[in-house]
Amino acid sequence: MNELCLVAIGNVPGNALQWIENATAEWFPLPIRCLPSLPIPNGAYDAKRGQYQSVEFMKMLVRSAPPDASRVLGVTDVDLAIPMLSFLFGQAQFDGPVAVVSLCRLHQQFYGLPEQESLLRERTVKEALHELGHTFGLVHCSEPTCAMSLATHIELVDAKAEHYCERCGLKLVQRFARGE
Amino acid sequence: MKKNWPILVVDDEEVMCESMAAWLREDGYHVDTAPNGQKALELARAADYAICFVDLKMPGGMDGIETMMEIHRIRPEASIIIITAYATVDTAIQAMKEGAQEYIVKPCNPQEISMLVSRILKLKKLQSENAILRKKLTRQYRHHDVITKNPRMEEILALTQEVSSLRSTVLIRGESGTGKELIARAVHFSGNRADKPFIVVSCAALTETLLESELFGYEKGAFTGATAQAKGKFELANGGTIFLDEIGDISAKLQADLLRVLQERRFYRVGGTQEVEVDVRVIAATNKNLAEEVQDGAFREDLYYRLNVIEIRLPPLRERREDIPLLAEHFVQRISSELGKDVAGISEDALKMLIAHDWPGNVRELENVIERALVTCHNGNLSEQDFSWLQHGNAQPEGWEVPDVPLGELERRAIVAALERKHGNVKEASSALGIDRSTLYDKLKRYQITH
Repeated sequence: MNELCLVAIGNVPGNALQWIENATAEWFPLPIRCLPSLPIPNGAYDAKRGQYQSVEFMKMLVRSAPPDASRVLGVTDVDLAIPMLSFLFGQAQFDGPVAVVSLCRLHQQFYGLPEQESLLRERTVKEALHELGHTFGLVHCSEPTCAMSLATHIELVDAKAEHYCERCGLKLVQRFARGE
Repeated sequence: MKKNWPILVVDDEEVMCESMAAWLREDGYHVDTAPNGQKALELARAADYAICFVDLKMPGGMDGIETMMEIHRIRPEASIIIITAYATVDTAIQAMKEGAQEYIVKPCNPQEISMLVSRILKLKKLQSENAILRKKLTRQYRHHDVITKNPRMEEILALTQEVSSLRSTVLIRGESGTGKELIARAVHFSGNRADKPFIVVSCAALTETLLESELFGYEKGAFTGATAQAKGKFELANGGTIFLDEIGDISAKLQADLLRVLQERRFYRVGGTQEVEVDVRVIAATNKNLAEEVQDGAFREDLYYRLNVIEIRLPPLRERREDIPLLAEHFVQRISSELGKDVAGISEDALKMLIAHDWPGNVRELENVIERALVTCHNGNLSEQDFSWLQHGNAQPEGWEVPDVPLGELERRAIVAALERKHGNVKEASSALGIDRSTLYDKLKRYQITH
């Protein structure tokens, strides 16, 4: 009951779900389960932009969520966007059950640099904590090193730590203590 | 904090509305969405949005520009950001002309939106802070700050209210310390010029040439030291009110210049050749009887009538003795908190003494007397004892014979003596004499006393 579920959407780097599982176990007192992978949703690809509409991923996650899941985090390697914005590192239902993280722009290769797995791991963990934080009601934090600070480009992702700041962490603890 | 700044997103595409709203909600904003112009207006009537994102092209019904104009009518304070899929210069220009604050092409960079929103909200915060401060400032000068239960003063307050939104010149007459500036401020801050400048000029404190450049400003090179053009008080007061204190003391030339400004609302800067036009309300004050000055030929008759459109004559404190207890209590409260003293009030006997005093320096003198008493008071209440020096000052000292000289000479000697005692410090001498500084300057001029 009340599980935190992780699910790959399409092909993702082999260890990605494991990285996220290890990091989230520290913060969320919920059983964590990896679900069988899901395919890239039909109709999500926007040929004009060469990107995928994030909303379609969210809809699919809502449809396929197991009944006992408290939160479902989708992880994909394709480039996500919404009509208004040129790209997204991830998207979440604020205080809701689903969120998605895109690893596409977390790869060094995306910026024409040699791939670096340790950096990809760090960035993946930061963005997963960020989107999950939103699903538990956390808003953007003004502390640049907090996982909840808003990153609008990769340098800002790298400026964050792989954890929440004291204030955001406390909010989570209080929320779980209230049994929400 | 961010919840105080609700945002509205208007777009016919649900995906666009919802994804944008979701993104902004993650930032802590309260966001509503509307699929068309009609719904947007309905929402705008109900909620005071800080920012509205409006899509330019919406099929059927109102388009983005129409929606924007209507929102603008309902909520003039809301900042509107027009969103479009295609950047065309013409529509951008039209949108900005119709009042859009920004114009963005979708899809745009997340950083761009984030910075745009925080920039607009920063401005809004400043605007609302400014509005609050202005309101506070206005409140400071509201009529009820003039403390009185005297029927004549109450009539005066009613009159200031009536004339506050007119542009007519007001002449305030009254002895020093009766509160002429307070009444001038009450007129300004309760009228429609309240959010514009209120500029005070003390005419007695400056020489003729200084006063001229002070009032009208000067051009670069108008005189030695005029290294750049400077605006005068009339220009600084544009849109607002200029308060000319001690107007009875200005020279014949300045009287002529002032008359011209009052008639034509325009003037030349000193050394200037171009006329400057201003919209300024003039409130003048004097402790002299200008009608007498006119008869003596010391004051221009035409200027007197220009100034004396609405006359307010403030009674001296000795003619409104019923206000003395109210004013004294008020000053005790205010000054004791300023001085950090824990003094609750004034004893009955002390009040009787204050009521009996003649108060040649009027309300200002009363204020100074209370302050002095508070400084030396060591009890929780001001007693007769704390004002004992006042009685001594009032009573005629024993063995003092009045010299057989004209009254003016007596005044001259008193001023010289006060200046000597205060080592030439005009501020201290004026307070010792119970008159204000500008009156002392006026008397120094009249008796040709150099200090």
